[in-house]
Amino acid sequence: MQIDIIGEARRQAEICNACRYCEGYCSVFPALQRERAFSDGDITQLANLCHNCRGCYYACQYTAPHEFDLNLPKALAEVRQDSWKLHAWPAGFAVLLDRSGVAITAALVVSITLLFGLAQSLRPLSGDGFYAFMSHGLMVATFAPAFVLPLLALGVSLRSYWKAVGGGKCTLGDVLEACRSAGRMKNLEGGHGDGCNFEDEDRFSQTRRHFHQATLYGFLLCFAATSSGTIFHYGFGFEAPYGPLSLPKLLGVPGGILLCVGTAGLAFLKTKADQNLGAPKVWGGEMAFVLLLFVVSATGLLLYAVTGTGAVSMLLTLHLGAVLTFFVLTPYSKMAHGFYRMAALTKEAANARELRQKMETP
Amino acid sequence: MPNIEGESMHTSFDIVVIGGGNAALCAAITSAEAGARVLILEAAPKAYRGGNSRHTRNFRCMHDGPLGPLVGSYSEDEYLSDLMKVTDGKTDKALARLAIRTSEECLPWMQERGIRFQPSLSGTLSLARTNAFFLGGGKALVNAYYRAAKTLGVEVRYEAKVTHLEMSDARIEWIDYTQNGQDHRVAPKSVVVASGGFQADTDWLARAWGPAAKNFLIRGTPYNRGVVLADLLDQNVEQVGDPTQCHAVAIDGRAPKFDGGIATRLDCVPFSIVVNKDAQRFYDEGEDVWPKRYAIWGRLVADQPEQVGYAIIDAKALNLFMPSVFPPIKADTLEELARAMGLSPTALRETVDAFNAACGDVAEFQPTELDGVSTSGLNPPKTNWARPIIEPPFYGYALRIGVTFTYLGLKVDKNAQCSVGNQSITNLWAAGETMAGSILGQGYLAGFGMTIGTVFGRIAGREAAAHAN
Repeated sequence: MQIDIIGEARRQAEICNACRYCEGYCSVFPALQRERAFSDGDITQLANLCHNCRGCYYACQYTAPHEFDLNLPKALAEVRQDSWKLHAWPAGFAVLLDRSGVAITAALVVSITLLFGLAQSLRPLSGDGFYAFMSHGLMVATFAPAFVLPLLALGVSLRSYWKAVGGGKCTLGDVLEACRSAGRMKNLEGGHGDGCNFEDEDRFSQTRRHFHQATLYGFLLCFAATSSGTIFHYGFGFEAPYGPLSLPKLLGVPGGILLCVGTAGLAFLKTKADQNLGAPKVWGGEMAFVLLLFVVSATGLLLYAVTGTGAVSMLLTLHLGAVLTFFVLTPYSKMAHGFYRMAALTKEAANARELRQKMETP
Repeated sequence: MPNIEGESMHTSFDIVVIGGGNAALCAAITSAEAGARVLILEAAPKAYRGGNSRHTRNFRCMHDGPLGPLVGSYSEDEYLSDLMKVTDGKTDKALARLAIRTSEECLPWMQERGIRFQPSLSGTLSLARTNAFFLGGGKALVNAYYRAAKTLGVEVRYEAKVTHLEMSDARIEWIDYTQNGQDHRVAPKSVVVASGGFQADTDWLARAWGPAAKNFLIRGTPYNRGVVLADLLDQNVEQVGDPTQCHAVAIDGRAPKFDGGIATRLDCVPFSIVVNKDAQRFYDEGEDVWPKRYAIWGRLVADQPEQVGYAIIDAKALNLFMPSVFPPIKADTLEELARAMGLSPTALRETVDAFNAACGDVAEFQPTELDGVSTSGLNPPKTNWARPIIEPPFYGYALRIGVTFTYLGLKVDKNAQCSVGNQSITNLWAAGETMAGSILGQGYLAGFGMTIGTVFGRIAGREAAAHAN
């Protein structure tokens, strides 16, 4: 299966390399045009560099019904999805990537039941705020491994990816370049700055780019909020609940709002966009992931809103269940794309830098 | 019986634009901006809308100082002189100057209507000063114009094939077209014809070229069959141009019959020898840099038996030109290559040996400029990049003529207006490839088709709206 998917993407990439009209849209085409023949690793790297902005599809004079039958965003989406499965670790979990909608639902049910059961049976005798329902020790015992182990698994996967795409040495500058590109969502700008195609065929708009940025920065703010809370707890002995003007709240509330808005927007756009320009069989799983992130942020905000009421117990279990699901499935859900994307952008930055250096020193 | 769209139709549309490519869209947008109610009748289905404009990539533009993506400056006189060189003087200078002069204001006009440009595509650096490249190519341009037209309330009917324009007293009375198997009739105040050449009608090509035309490939849309052009010429509307003249290039012989576009281009000729089906060379492959010779090789190949040529290179030349869409035929010996390409192994061996023997010192070989590395005592000579073909594996590409568009068309004046006898047709204008023969007598200048389409599309739109309002 792997070979056919890559073979189809290679066939299309060779046609693109003979045409080159799309070279201005994104990073994929300059990378593609550096090669004359494409190894499996080259195709995998191009696939992970592709942000599915669809500019090339709508501009293409060779899409069906033309006999060349180009649909590069789809071909690359399928390779991309397949590459995450190939590099998933432990390999047995790779199957979750194809069924991440089911996996998310199942993990959500199990997590909530588990947390509810644990919280009931190990109900703390004392504690304030959330800790009145679930002790701090229990939370840490559950979430520390659920956070660290998936990251370790992703580390193993990325190493395997880097080897497969022929990644060599990269500099700090390459990583920073990748961060700049992701931070601006440069590859969803369309090259002209008008944005990308997505929800309304060939119309360029910033909508998807902005919702994705809200999601990204919302997520990072929430993550920073949790990290600051952890530092407060262990570093300074300040325990939750924190006041409205404390760092965890100042970061978490705007983060939660951004994440809510971003994920809701992305989910809505996804219902408008043509499924056939992505990997159609994982559409449901991707949607489930976006909705999971929405549930994480919405329940987090609600939890703050209902402070001191009887709803906390139920919402806390729901929120923590969603967070646990999100953490555990990070390497086997759409969340993995962020890590592979950073690797691909870093490799592209390194390749572009090497080419520049080669041209400067004949 | 045609479904006659009665009185309501007379008042529904001021202007009908026939065709759906660049010139048609420029006309439709210009007249809609002037307040006219416009209907576009596009023969192709939506997926193939835009005619040959789908396959274009740039716009040749005069400019005094840097403009948009264009560097330096490109004066009217230099532009005209470039045009005179390729057409060998066969051009209407007044119309040519009009197209050239107006091109400068077109570029910002295009940007305002959603067209986005980029610096010269990789591999086309020689055009960075003269040609503005569309980001995403011609289909992206067409998409942007359809968006702009929609915003202005222009109505577009796809798969609407115009069959007849009824003319009396030098005026178009109505237009007949079919759509979804139904006959329709529409009677606008003004009509713009922008429906291209006739190159997709192989029978018409064969009437001009003889049976050889059956072996021609058509690089662009299969919908440019010249139906409207023929209908108007039958009614003695003034014509211009020679039916055998067209924009044609040498392309990969394996390209599809229609619509292969840019990807079927082959850039290997300067680094190869090109032989015909008898394995004989017939022209200097190294006459000039490829962009300047690109357009003559179509005709050269068309003059050979069975209208086919074969470019032969060896291993050292493979990476000197842009990759092409089909992989070359590859063999370890020339004899095997000849057999794989259907040539006589002995004859190809003799031709290559004679060529190799005529090659001299290759130390000065320089792929990106005229290097003067030539053959001696060979007929025809190869005057640049002549290196012996000795290093296996050997590669071969079949070449055929790919026709872009034909030049026989409607004769127009400076207002893009058509005429019958010596009388202007009061409500008929033409733009784009269907009238390009008014300016291009022969030869072709890269990006000039889009200049003609944009300039005369806008003029036709302006005049049609002025007449209707």
